[in-house]
Amino acid sequence: MKSFVTLLKNELKLNIRNMNMIIFAVIMPLIVLVILGFIYGTKPAAEGTAYTFIEQSFGALCCISICAGGLMGLPLVVSEYRERKILKRFQATPVSPAKLLAVEFTIYMIYCIVSILTLFPVAILFWKIKIQGSFLLFLGSWLLTMVSTLSIGLLVGGIAKNMKSASVIACILYFPMLIFSGATLPFEVMPSAMQRIISIFPLTQGIQLMKATFLGLPVENGLLSVITMCTVTIICFGISVKYFNWE
Amino acid sequence: MQAAIKVEQLSKTYNNLLAVDKINLSVKCGTVYGLLGANGAGKSTTIECILGTKTADSGTVSVLNCNPQKDRRRLFQKVGVQFQKGNYQPEIKVSELCEETACLYEAPTDWKSLCEQFGIGNKTGNAVKSLSGGECQRLFIVLALIPNPELVFLDELTTGLDAKARRDVWKILSELKHKGLTIFLTSHFMDEVETLCDEICILKQGKAVFYGTVEQAKEVSGCEKFEDAYLVLSGEEVGE
Repeated sequence: MKSFVTLLKNELKLNIRNMNMIIFAVIMPLIVLVILGFIYGTKPAAEGTAYTFIEQSFGALCCISICAGGLMGLPLVVSEYRERKILKRFQATPVSPAKLLAVEFTIYMIYCIVSILTLFPVAILFWKIKIQGSFLLFLGSWLLTMVSTLSIGLLVGGIAKNMKSASVIACILYFPMLIFSGATLPFEVMPSAMQRIISIFPLTQGIQLMKATFLGLPVENGLLSVITMCTVTIICFGISVKYFNWE
Repeated sequence: MQAAIKVEQLSKTYNNLLAVDKINLSVKCGTVYGLLGANGAGKSTTIECILGTKTADSGTVSVLNCNPQKDRRRLFQKVGVQFQKGNYQPEIKVSELCEETACLYEAPTDWKSLCEQFGIGNKTGNAVKSLSGGECQRLFIVLALIPNPELVFLDELTTGLDAKARRDVWKILSELKHKGLTIFLTSHFMDEVETLCDEICILKQGKAVFYGTVEQAKEVSGCEKFEDAYLVLSGEEVGE
């Protein structure tokens, strides 16, 4: 446990020094929130809805940091450590692969937590958002979305051959999910044919679940979403630890 | 005396190229063993197979009575490894690298006093990448000694160090040896090997061409100087 805390502290420091995640996982969601705030203010999402546009998009805003960490940050840092033979140095120490992966995983969880903790007060203060549904259910959906998306990143980082292939896989996963799952462009503004196609992304399911719990809307296929995300998490964790490559 | 490392009939092939060919090694506890040979003779491959970071095609390896691959986590509590430059996070500081290494072991040495001992005590706040070649080399020896190991692997021990620093490192290692540390090293400096090593093995194209002491190497080759003996035995002698 002591080694976990020390590794976490040092790796977090190194990660912050790098600044990428501060920009993409903390500052960028805030900027998107402010832009949406200036455009939509406290207007309702559509004619006659009881909730505002910002409230409708809040779940998606929380997913920007999840995407940035899980689909770019995490796979790249793990594969970079492999390529630089830092993992090989760790191989000649008593540390277990599971512990190293858990440390990196936790770092990106921290970014997601910081992001949601900055988004909430800003949105409440300036655009008066209110959770219409259940706070606990929303938090649970957020947690599940975060853990399942980060675990995909862990899998990519854990088994990619080098940084280049990790970066290609990360891009293939990251950009479509970020743009089309509803994390940046609201799901609602897309044509319905497109909505149907992008519903297959796991992140889309997470965002829809977060939205429904935030707004207090009836949850459609909620159980299916939960089961899908849990399965993805377990499979990704299992494979990335079992088939972990030091080199 | 008990053997710290026992290697029998170790072979390793890369793409049909025999990198290591049926090597046998036995390193006694509390001694210094030198693995010598030209670049590409198979030294690094041999070390990697002993450490278990590469899997041998055939042969057996036992380190401190452990199988390095199966008992990895138990074994590396007691074994330190010096890496050649570069295997660190790009922005890391000396203190962070030492701390991160120390936290992995049950009973690590105080890394600050090790840094003092190796003359980099005033550099702990610096970024590793800002260190000079010699400072970096000393830092990597420090990292190998942080576990408070029973056995340490030192690869190209003093490459990049100036004359004074080399002598200092030799002195520290000799003291550690007297306290019971077993040292397995590779080096291209024959004066270093002559000063430190109790036994040596010379590799040539993956085969062991000599096992024994420095004195025996001189006898067998008929040379007075060890460096000449090494060149004769490793077949690298330059024609007159």
